[in-house]
Amino acid sequence: MGELVTDKHVKYILSVEKRKDDFESVVMEHLRMNGAYWGLTALDLMGKLDVVDVNEVVSWVMSCQHDSGGFGGNVGHDPHILYTLSAVQVLALFDKMDLIDADKVTNYIVGLQNEDGSFSGDMWGEVDTRFSYIAICCLSIIHRLDKINVEKAVKYIISCKNMDGGFGCTPGGESHAGQIFCCVGALALTGSLDLVNKDLLGWWLCERQVKSGGLNGRPEKLPDVCYSWWVLSSLIMIDRVHWISREKLIKFILDCQDKEKGGISDRPDDAVDVFHTYFGVAGLSLLEYPGLKPIDPAYALPVDVVNRIFFKK
Amino acid sequence: MASGSSEVEEEEQERMMLRDRPEWADVTPVPQDDGPCPVVPINYTEEFAEVMDYFRAVYLADERSPRALSLTAEAIHFNAGNYTVWHFRRLLLESLKVDLHDELEFIERIAAKNSKNYQIWHHRRRVAEKLGPDARNAELQFTKKVLSVDAKHYHAWSHRQWVLQALGGWEDELDYCSQLLEQDIFNNSAWNQRYFVITRSPFLGGLKAMRESEVLYTIKAIEAYPENESSWKYLRGLYKGETTSWVNEPQVSSICLKILSSKSNYLFALSTLLDLICHGYQPNQDFRDAIEALKIPDLDTQDLDIASMICSILEKIDPIRVNYWIWRKSRLPQVA
Repeated sequence: MGELVTDKHVKYILSVEKRKDDFESVVMEHLRMNGAYWGLTALDLMGKLDVVDVNEVVSWVMSCQHDSGGFGGNVGHDPHILYTLSAVQVLALFDKMDLIDADKVTNYIVGLQNEDGSFSGDMWGEVDTRFSYIAICCLSIIHRLDKINVEKAVKYIISCKNMDGGFGCTPGGESHAGQIFCCVGALALTGSLDLVNKDLLGWWLCERQVKSGGLNGRPEKLPDVCYSWWVLSSLIMIDRVHWISREKLIKFILDCQDKEKGGISDRPDDAVDVFHTYFGVAGLSLLEYPGLKPIDPAYALPVDVVNRIFFKK
Repeated sequence: MASGSSEVEEEEQERMMLRDRPEWADVTPVPQDDGPCPVVPINYTEEFAEVMDYFRAVYLADERSPRALSLTAEAIHFNAGNYTVWHFRRLLLESLKVDLHDELEFIERIAAKNSKNYQIWHHRRRVAEKLGPDARNAELQFTKKVLSVDAKHYHAWSHRQWVLQALGGWEDELDYCSQLLEQDIFNNSAWNQRYFVITRSPFLGGLKAMRESEVLYTIKAIEAYPENESSWKYLRGLYKGETTSWVNEPQVSSICLKILSSKSNYLFALSTLLDLICHGYQPNQDFRDAIEALKIPDLDTQDLDIASMICSILEKIDPIRVNYWIWRKSRLPQVA
């Protein structure tokens, strides 16, 4: 069936060599916090988090925090809910939750909830169900979920449910696997999955699998490795993952590897990046591919990290 | 002051480093602080590094000046994803009271190279919000342009939905959906927008009022391309909350029969028929005959009930989802 070239991927993530003229690298600077989460979580899933210097990462993460409690994408960048979640997740990976001033982070996120229950990304007001998931996931990790209006948050998410059973970014927005992951994840973390039509959504999600075995994000679109995460984790959360072909998806993900230089791309023979490397590895973990640590589909963190968050004294 | 033209000229001429420009002589650039061992190290081009060093200087000094505004444009040209630069640019637009119509043009130029970028769309929305109803046509035009290149562009559709709800323009939207569907009947985004329009437009009377004409439209689309997931889902969606009407609508069951009889691309026809049966529809002998005429190999047609037969066929013709169809079979209403 092909194999996961773990060592190559670890090398790829660690070295991440960028050529000077590589526009791709220039573009990543402001979202380094996300990049850190993708790279480090992938390493942890492959059992190689120990090759990274904890203290250096952690001090860099903390230096990205603002007085408001929110984290920026990098040093000197404005706070945003996106990077706040990634920062908290990275600290969780390293078991450094005690460094988080939970009240401060909570304050930041609570301040981003709107009247209708939705969440803005930052002070500039962009609304998207992605931010609902991020707020709920982040607060759940730091044990402060009760500080937002959960009922309204759930109500808003449900208002984004479409007639096909899926969810969009805002009410009426087209169902999209990424948005579905966010909505289903948020509903899972707030104990509200009973509001999802699991059979209808499950069918929509399993329809994402195309002949090649890969998953797309919407009808009639091309498959992409990142949907191995978003579609798969959604299916697992609603307990319908057996409706796709596990073998064919594994083969697709493995075919997206660069077996020489390491890393995983969106589809076979394309250029690799850290984003798709993480989603490919995470997807394989969900599919219980041997040699990978299990990952929690709602928190998007290794299960042992989640257990530590909730069961550590 | 025009935020637009000077940058265009700069692109075309040879670019001068900021340190060589007299108007920047008084500024000390601030280098990127990655810490001693950057987590995800990035090599910069010298020009980009310099622009960001100068940006950091004006950002930290909170300098609200025309040269700062120009600088944000340069920084955005290098990296349209840098949200901090966009934030600061918005503050500058406020302070300098820039003509926001020029800003729309600036955004359009950037979007031409970077359309899959949340920051651009969010910035566009903020600007359009400030311009109000006047911006309506510009926004509909802009999204139309982006959609003419990529008709499924998620940000463009999201923006367009916001425009309709905040600024209006519903009157021509159904037509626009029809145009796009004529170009590509498989465009799920256009089907979604169609549903958005018929359910929310203040001019159309709502889903029930539109149902009859939309059913005709959708049936035509299904006949042309029965393998189109979107059209079948749309048909079902037209009866949202009124399953009995859907089950009893003769056009729904008859399109299933028609497609089955054509023996081609009948997967969704079968699954729709299955759904109908599960909701109480009782197919007549024509359906049974049509299914048997499919002559599916290795199929035991001794199955007495049609629903089980359908599930068995679907297991065979949609093998990648075999577990789903097995589950459907297990959930069939008990046959007396």
